[in-house]
Amino acid sequence: MVANSLAKSLKKEEAEITLVDEDGKHVYQPGFIYISFGNEKPHKIVKDERKLLRRKVNLVVDKAVKIDVDDRKVTTSKDKKLEYDYLVLATGAEIHPEDIPGCEDAYHFYDTESSVKLRKALAEFNGGRIVIGIGGIPYKCPPAPAESACLMDYYFHRRGIRDKVTIELLSPLPRIFPIEPIDPLVSEVFEMKNIKSQTFFNVESVEPEKKLVHSLEGESADYDLLILIPPHKGAKVIRATQLCDRGGWIITDRETLKVLDYDDVYAIGDATNLPVSKSGAAAHYENSVVTGSIIGDIRGTSKGEKYDGRVTCFCDAGFRRGIMLDFDYEHPPVPPPFSRMAYFKKMFFNKFYWWILPKDRLPGFVTGKLE
Amino acid sequence: MSDDVETDVLIDARGSFCPGPLMELIRAIREGEVGETIAILSNDNGSKRDIPLWVGKAGHELIGVFDKEDHDRIVVKKLK
Repeated sequence: MVANSLAKSLKKEEAEITLVDEDGKHVYQPGFIYISFGNEKPHKIVKDERKLLRRKVNLVVDKAVKIDVDDRKVTTSKDKKLEYDYLVLATGAEIHPEDIPGCEDAYHFYDTESSVKLRKALAEFNGGRIVIGIGGIPYKCPPAPAESACLMDYYFHRRGIRDKVTIELLSPLPRIFPIEPIDPLVSEVFEMKNIKSQTFFNVESVEPEKKLVHSLEGESADYDLLILIPPHKGAKVIRATQLCDRGGWIITDRETLKVLDYDDVYAIGDATNLPVSKSGAAAHYENSVVTGSIIGDIRGTSKGEKYDGRVTCFCDAGFRRGIMLDFDYEHPPVPPPFSRMAYFKKMFFNKFYWWILPKDRLPGFVTGKLE
Repeated sequence: MSDDVETDVLIDARGSFCPGPLMELIRAIREGEVGETIAILSNDNGSKRDIPLWVGKAGHELIGVFDKEDHDRIVVKKLK
């Protein structure tokens, strides 16, 4: 996204743009959950990075293994040394299910392979207790656990065995939904759908032989099928630097998106330690700040671009209804109506993501400020 | 106790709405050592209520919730 936005605005003589990507694949991660429920195919959510990039962008398919911000150099696994004038770190979040003892008995939908495994387990599930827990904070897409509970309800309704399945969400927070103003609405939906919940349950370990999940707070819950949002960490290449906090999240200025005191290093998306959702939408809004700053710097026309903490998210509640949330640092989300419109917007976005976001074709009004 | 009590870890979660500050605290508790003190700065009213509730339930010690000019400083000690 950043590479394409820069390539769109900067002339060849103004900048050379290089993107380092480990496998040369771009994966649309919101599609994982739909793979689990059999509504999406794995090959539909991945595309070759090269096909999404503008011609002006050099793609290096290799793994960045060392970042030296003092010497302005990135080293790859094939020992290629890339020098830079500006560095944008979009190293994302890694998932580490193995950090929860007993995790081998749990499923999740945070990568393609695991989503396919969960799809198989759900298809074979004919009744009992399904428990959804959260293995660590922060994690990508904060509404995903509640959303998956609602989609689970819809899934078993469609299979005609909803009455044989108990669904329970173990929330690490004092409420079901992470965003407080929206919680009463989601609680009402949970009641209507007969989805059970426990609050302040931060998963600490799993006992597969007893089918029990234990919390940091000292409580336990039994399950027949356990879905565990895996613990997340910043990327290994970042954890090897002094640029991050103890979780491996890059220490990023909440407005300029610059890293620590480096004027030539920016961070974006899931990789940062910013107090905003780890979601593609946050990365999208951050993109315009980072590219605007770099272009302004190169041309000497800097306007002091600032990120306002904006995030937009669409949540699917099942039965073809959903909600859309839009908020920033200064404007908390307002409880929206459950609507078919929000659901269809999400479906539209899922379908047309490839043609819009990676190629920076989103209309300007969508990136405007909240008032 | 003084509201400027020194801590081992300082988390500036100002500008983050609930549950951001609580999430940051839970993260710090998971990553921290037993006996470590953590201060979290927050200007979110929900967190002022939720953090003490979670600290009580999780068995840690709430050293204090201190009102500053435009934010709260909540200090917690990891006990286990």
